Amino acid sequence: MADPFSNALPEQDLRAEIWRAGSTPRSHLGRASLTLALGLVTFLAVAISAQHIGAYAISQGVSPVVATLPGIVAVLAAVVVLLMALRALRCALAAARHSEVYAARELGASASLGAWKAMSWEGALLILTAAAWFLVVNDAAVSRTFFDLALIRDSALKVLRAFGTNVVIFFVSGVLILIWSLIVAVARTLPGEAGKPLRFLAIAYGDLFRGLPAIITIYLIGFGLPLTNLPVIAHLSSTSYAIIALTLTYGAYTSEVYRAGIESVHHSQVAAARSLGLSHAKTLRYVVVPMAVRNIIPPLMNNCISLQKDTALVAIIGTIDAFNQSKIIAANHFNLSAVTTVAILFIAVTIPQARLADRLSERDRQRMRAGG
Amino acid sequence: MALLEIDNIRKHYGSFEVISGLSLDVREHEVICLIGPSGCGKSTLLRCVNRLEEISAGEIRIHGDRITGEGVDLDRLRRDIGIVFQGYNLFPHMTVLENTLLAPTRVLGLSRREATEKALGFLDRIGLAHKANAYPDSLSGGQQQRVAIVRALMMDPMLLLLDEITSALDPELVSEVLDIVRDLAAGGMTMILATHEMGFAREVADRICFLQAGNIYEQGPPAQVFGDPQGERTQAFLSSLKRAGRL
Ligand SMILES: Nc1ncnc2c1ncn2[C@@H]1O[C@H](COP(=O)(O)OP(=O)(O)O)[C@@H](O)[C@H]1O
Ligand SMILES: [Mg+2]
Repeated sequence: MADPFSNALPEQDLRAEIWRAGSTPRSHLGRASLTLALGLVTFLAVAISAQHIGAYAISQGVSPVVATLPGIVAVLAAVVVLLMALRALRCALAAARHSEVYAARELGASASLGAWKAMSWEGALLILTAAAWFLVVNDAAVSRTFFDLALIRDSALKVLRAFGTNVVIFFVSGVLILIWSLIVAVARTLPGEAGKPLRFLAIAYGDLFRGLPAIITIYLIGFGLPLTNLPVIAHLSSTSYAIIALTLTYGAYTSEVYRAGIESVHHSQVAAARSLGLSHAKTLRYVVVPMAVRNIIPPLMNNCISLQKDTALVAIIGTIDAFNQSKIIAANHFNLSAVTTVAILFIAVTIPQARLADRLSERDRQRMRAGG
Repeated sequence: MALLEIDNIRKHYGSFEVISGLSLDVREHEVICLIGPSGCGKSTLLRCVNRLEEISAGEIRIHGDRITGEGVDLDRLRRDIGIVFQGYNLFPHMTVLENTLLAPTRVLGLSRREATEKALGFLDRIGLAHKANAYPDSLSGGQQQRVAIVRALMMDPMLLLLDEITSALDPELVSEVLDIVRDLAAGGMTMILATHEMGFAREVADRICFLQAGNIYEQGPPAQVFGDPQGERTQAFLSSLKRAGRL
């Protein structure tokens, strides 16, 4: 029985021996060999595929340069990977042979890392090869359906113009959502007996519109409000209805994000502000909300990206957005390539936003850490 | 008449009585040190005075005017009573200067220029003028706590409550904070300090109150409480501090 309060000497010696015995270097020879074998398989698969697919593309009238270039790049990559695997194996062999423990350990470590790296490249190359086959099998049915370059070129301008509608809906509802959801969140966190009715209303609103699928809200508002014959409200454009519906739906989600941010501000900060004589409202305005917003930039940005994608839902009330436009083109040509254009557009505008979100929150952190 | 009169107050958390019938009068310019074991109610007592906590019974008066009960303007009360916490609680999204300007400009309605001048004067006195545009996270604990004191002083409080303001600090930073408190005491600021710095309490306090289970168990001038404690509990507390090398 080990007793931490008595420093038993014989036991200590034993521990030292066990520790030293466990310190022999590992060469990772097995993993390195396996990586080399997989590298050979990858090289063969890539080379054969490049040859077949390239030949097929040329037979279909694709220019020889375009048809062979990706294959050549892939084969070159496979060669580099093969060399990586070879080097890992050489390290492993050297590690196994080396007599000096620390040097052997270092060689073993670089063999291990090299083998892992080569293996992950091998995996990636095999997956890309499989994807290339998927595009060309069955007489290139997949490429023809989704990537008809001629159709993409001809329809791009029309689709791009319709995408402007998505952008308008996104920006207008985005701004409205940021304001509206903050109001809801503040109502949701009103204190005491007096705040109860508004608090209750905010909760009810949140439950209702988070429960309703966005597509149904859009449908109900886009087709329902025009039937009411109310002044103004019944005669808006379908884009306006889309904006109203998305604001209501996303306002409910975003207010929850705000609320989480408000509640994440430590109560000691609130106590400090109130102790200086700041009222509840001023404490919210100058201390809680500014801190909350900083904490929630990432989830807020996520909502933003999600909103951007959901602007495509407005197609169901007949708004001619990019998706609707491309559907019309797709129906006329019996080919989905115009929809591919829309997909690419959405992806292209989303990725910079995700990076921007990262940058913003990083910069804010940097600033708060900075001295003056 | 005393500046602050605490009159037989009680405070419950559920069925647990944290403050049990405590009374304390504080005259103007007086410095009171609250000492006692952890959990005896020092923080709670201070937080009751600026009404961050509600008392369950008794009353508290400032200059004879009752500040407990309904209908008291809490924002006005807190404008005149400063409090500094153990954890500094500076606002992390504001610079040092902005932290000190917030309340004077937004609550007292001071112009930004006027307030800045005043703040820079205070920051200069505590040797932190060069940190005016730094963010709190880049300051040491001692520097943050000094800024927190300045933030409270910006409101010209008539009573300053200090709740274990050096307990979170590394030992070598304690004195830079206590130096300020010493200057304030010399300048006649009325203060109540909850503290574990017995040497300092002995030096600056006009009166030591030893709290025990939510009440004042023994009080008196420092020389008496530290030199010749009467109560058994006081003696036990002080001798446990001696064993830990804190006295
Ligand atoms: N919000 C609370 N809810 C329940 N018990 C509390 C709360 N705050 C403090 N207490 C209890 O009240 C007692 C006194 O706390 P406190 O005033 O912080 O003591 P001190 O500052 O002297 O260490 C402690 O026993 C503590 O556990
Ligand atoms: Mg305390």
